[in-house]
Amino acid sequence: MTSQLFMQQLANGISLGSLYALLAIGYTMVYGILRLINFAHGDIFMMAAYFMTFSIVTFKLPWYIAIIVVIIATVALGVLLEKVAYRPLRDAPRMSIMISAIGASFLFSNLATYLFTGVPRGFPDIKVLTTTVKVGSISLSVATLITPFITLVLLYLVLFITNKTKIGMAMRAVSRDFETAKLMGININRVISTTFIIGSALAAIGAILWGSRYPSIMPLMGVMPGLKCFIAAVLGGIGNTTGAVIGGFILGMSEIMLITFLPSLTGYRDAIAFIILIVVLLVKPTGLLGEKVTDKV
Amino acid sequence: MLKINNLHVNYGGISAVKGIDIHVPEKSIVTLIGANGAGKSTTLRAIAGLVKASAGEILFQDEDILGNDTIDIVAKGITLVPEGRKVFANLTVLENLKIGAYLRNDRIEEDINKVYELFPRLKERAWQFAGTLSGGEQQMLAVGRALMAKPKLIMMDEPSLGLAPLVVNNIFEIIEEINKQGTTILLIEQNANKALKIADYGYVLETGNITFQGKGMELLQDKKIIDAYLGTSKR
Ligand SMILES: Nc1ncnc2c1ncn2[C@@H]1O[C@H](COP(=O)(O)OP(=O)(O)O)[C@@H](O)[C@H]1O
Ligand SMILES: [Mg+2]
Repeated sequence: MTSQLFMQQLANGISLGSLYALLAIGYTMVYGILRLINFAHGDIFMMAAYFMTFSIVTFKLPWYIAIIVVIIATVALGVLLEKVAYRPLRDAPRMSIMISAIGASFLFSNLATYLFTGVPRGFPDIKVLTTTVKVGSISLSVATLITPFITLVLLYLVLFITNKTKIGMAMRAVSRDFETAKLMGININRVISTTFIIGSALAAIGAILWGSRYPSIMPLMGVMPGLKCFIAAVLGGIGNTTGAVIGGFILGMSEIMLITFLPSLTGYRDAIAFIILIVVLLVKPTGLLGEKVTDKV
Repeated sequence: MLKINNLHVNYGGISAVKGIDIHVPEKSIVTLIGANGAGKSTTLRAIAGLVKASAGEILFQDEDILGNDTIDIVAKGITLVPEGRKVFANLTVLENLKIGAYLRNDRIEEDINKVYELFPRLKERAWQFAGTLSGGEQQMLAVGRALMAKPKLIMMDEPSLGLAPLVVNNIFEIIEEINKQGTTILLIEQNANKALKIADYGYVLETGNITFQGKGMELLQDKKIIDAYLGTSKR
């Protein structure tokens, strides 16, 4: 293998890893606050990709406006999902809300199939993202190049919100103890909505970058990335934002490196995430940066 | 300041509080004592809006707050120091104090300093996570956190539970001090002796009913109360 190919794949791995990271943050934040695996998160991501397509292809919006519209629409969908599918079950046994999440996921993917058909559609070609640039000896699309930076900036932003702002302090308090948070005068619903706003916004940005990289979208496109990003969140230590990003990087990188060094196993690229999941669960169930599992009292 | 009339609370089909009347005058310390399971916590939780009462009235400054959301009740000036302290272990000591003032929009630095004066230990540990504090320190933090809301009425659910005797004395001194500074207090205790000593008025709760009531000192000398509640908790 040439060092040039290696560098190329390294860049690809970092970039794919940062895409996973964007989605993994959403899983980890919702889990942190609701102890819920939001199975519909991958479908929110899928819907964002469709929103982008419609914004540009059908409504002919300029890309920079489309991005804003898509983020807003996706956020609205995420907040609605929480209100309708999760909020009414907040005091129900955790299994019920989990089942509701699985149901919501099926609902989204089937609704998308019904509305948009199962035939793959082309993702709009956003020139600023798909233009190829040469970095040293390798050539990358702008999307591949900027994804890691976008992820790091967004990670910084999320950490800033959770650690340095009043709403972030409330999020941490609510993640610990709903009832005592209420006694502080915290509006639990608003705090949970905020979590879904952040997670959905990141999923929307992830979907736009994803589409520029793999420009074919379909109703089930969220399933596999969703599972992988959930695994990334578990790997990093579910509930821990930085951990989710690290988990995403590791997963993206392992996947690309598998393809690079063992091309005959390319067909197994999706399996690697599950192997990692099994290993994590066996060796360190709390993940890389996870705290000891303390169930909410 | 707080007047409870004929309060009933049920859990499912089981009634935990069966029509009690309690009056907490402004600037007083009123205590509610009784054995485990008598319904003390349930009463406080009903006042704070954490459980829904099935009947009765809870008048706070002549306004019925029964059925209000907890947030609104806190905003009106009632705070609860919950049973088992319930500090936010994943927040620092300082953040725990700040979050106590969540509904306030004015400057809180001065009040943080006041809490530090009351509990110098908390100042030393301001940057530690609350989960690393000792039980006594956590109780101090829970009280300090409640004070940060600048409440008119502060309710405390067994603040002395599980603490070393020296720390217990300290907590009771602080409760008196807070009261002297003008805050009305409704105190729940199993440590009946100590609670009645500092209280202006006391109620005894038994399986959801109030069986005795009177001035703190009177109850302390009441033979039946001594037999039932003071016999074992000496000192
Ligand atoms: N969440 C609950 N669900 C059902 N029963 C409860 C609940 N909380 C308390 N109880 C019952 O209500 C009664 C009063 O409890 P509580 O108010 O906690 O008593 P105390 O604080 O005086 O020890 C007890 O019989 C207790 O078992
Ligand atoms: Mg109790």
